Amino acid sequence: MTSAEPAHAAPHAREKAPPVTAVKPERPVRQARTVCKNRDWLHGLLMSTPAVAGLIAFVAIPFGYAVVLSFYNVRLGSPLAPTFFGLEQYRRLFTDPDLSGPFLRALLNNLTFAVVVVPVQTALALGLAILLNRKLKAIGLFRSFFFMPVVFPMALVAVIWRLILARGDQGMLNSALHAVSFGNWGALDWLGDSATAMASIIVLSIWQGVGFQMVILLAGLQQIPGELYEAAELDRAGRWQQFRHVTLPGIRGTLVFVVLLTSVLSFRVFDQVYVLIDGGGLNEDATRTVMYQAVTTAFDQNNIGQASAITVVFFLIVVALTLIQRRVVRPDNED
Amino acid sequence: MSSTTGLTRTPLRRFLDYAVLSVLAFVFALPVLYLFVGSLKPSDEVLDGLSGFLPTHLSLDNYTAVLDSLNSDSTGYFWRFMGISLLLAFVVVTGGLFVNSMAAYGLSRLKWRGRNAVFTLVLLLMLVPFESVAVPLFYLFNDQRNTLYILALPFIANAFSVYQFHTFFRSIPPSIEEAARIDGAGPWRTFFAIVVPMSKPAFASVAILTFLTQWGSFLWPVLMVSDPSVRPLPLEMSVFQAQLPPDYGQTLAFGVLLVLPVLIVFVFFQRWFVQGVASSAVKG
Repeated sequence: MTSAEPAHAAPHAREKAPPVTAVKPERPVRQARTVCKNRDWLHGLLMSTPAVAGLIAFVAIPFGYAVVLSFYNVRLGSPLAPTFFGLEQYRRLFTDPDLSGPFLRALLNNLTFAVVVVPVQTALALGLAILLNRKLKAIGLFRSFFFMPVVFPMALVAVIWRLILARGDQGMLNSALHAVSFGNWGALDWLGDSATAMASIIVLSIWQGVGFQMVILLAGLQQIPGELYEAAELDRAGRWQQFRHVTLPGIRGTLVFVVLLTSVLSFRVFDQVYVLIDGGGLNEDATRTVMYQAVTTAFDQNNIGQASAITVVFFLIVVALTLIQRRVVRPDNED
Repeated sequence: MSSTTGLTRTPLRRFLDYAVLSVLAFVFALPVLYLFVGSLKPSDEVLDGLSGFLPTHLSLDNYTAVLDSLNSDSTGYFWRFMGISLLLAFVVVTGGLFVNSMAAYGLSRLKWRGRNAVFTLVLLLMLVPFESVAVPLFYLFNDQRNTLYILALPFIANAFSVYQFHTFFRSIPPSIEEAARIDGAGPWRTFFAIVVPMSKPAFASVAILTFLTQWGSFLWPVLMVSDPSVRPLPLEMSVFQAQLPPDYGQTLAFGVLLVLPVLIVFVFFQRWFVQGVASSAVKG
């Protein structure tokens, strides 16, 4: 006996659903009981349990634990028992003259990173998506080229760019600058100089990440009906006007999502900074990020309480960004 | 900027489109080109200004040197690093597909009390990036450092994967499952025999996103691994490039070996990569 007729009518049943074998009357004995014969609640619970238990164990509980730990003076490997610290960790992070310096610098660095990367990367991704959203041959090949860096692990991206940005005239970029400026530029220490270190991190991060946003925006662009552009052309709308009045409104939701995604990702920056400080001579002070600070505080200084406080601040920033995005999206949904 | 229709495209404009795209694609490909060319060159010619691009004195020496130098107990074994990364990716991807799709089915198709509360919890946990639980996890599992299972376990259950499956399952017309249920199939059978085979696109895109993230995974191994016998490949890449004196040719050869598996997957399953990423935006 195969599954009943509606299955074949349904559009999704491209491949025929496998036959469901012999009907065995289920639970014939239990029927007498007053219990609801539908036991979906049990199966639903059982099916959800492994994933939900994992999420509770590895996300919910550790997150709650981070908040608790941030109120304690707790150090890894310390013989002393943890003592309640109240808000002292937070006070130190923000106002202690000795401890707040690196943390506030990390916050500032993340902010700089976000302020540059969010608009630049989004605009670049949108530009690429618009270029790719046309009926040309080999468009898929170009799309692959722009998307390819996304599959590169960040540790590797850092290493490649470490060589491109190497100091002296050995570095690829310096050598190129030297050639085009007839020897007037070049020989910069891109990663080591505090003035260019963050810019270097920004460039390599955009190179790696822009394809991701591009693909999302391309999917958004492809959902705009072509008739809208035809109508706009009939109305003699120029290219800019078409962009302004058809393209932008058509992808507003996607664009807001991409901006949010990019800003959250900007605060999660860690891998490239860690790798390049570790072996690439990257200027630590100019590029340390909040996550870098949390890891070094926990790992190198064993200061779990303070690292937890940094984590909580990091999380609050992420939540704030999400809430702002919700605010921006809502009026759009109503009109 | 420019229109998105192909309606009024003259040959000149088409030529310009190709020109712009080609120049951009070339710029994007330069670092990748450098990686591959450099990995085949003698180390002292890799970091040598623009001539680093020139394909001169090509050989596989750097590759054999990487494999030879990472071939003892004190340095760890290259193939072991690779194997660990592959194993972790396999466990996280297959385990994740299994538990997350099952949970999504239980949460989208079976009706039970508390279901909405549980799903709301999943949605809330989706907002918590791994970075914000890394420190407490590091503290909680400190005595489990340098074990393989702790590198994989926290990433199997994934709120975002549950959400992606949930979205997909809701788009399947319920009539198919109802028919199966009427025929006497229980929810497990309905799920595994009917819903899973129909949901290949969702499984493919979740699998690929998970694989991509897991293959590059760095922060958690940095915190949890000091022993080379359980070190995944990206972490070893970081250790390898930091050693003194640096050997750039070998470092790039290492990099090629690190990216090759994911690049192969990318070339063959490109469509799913792109769809997987694009589908992550359905969120909005």
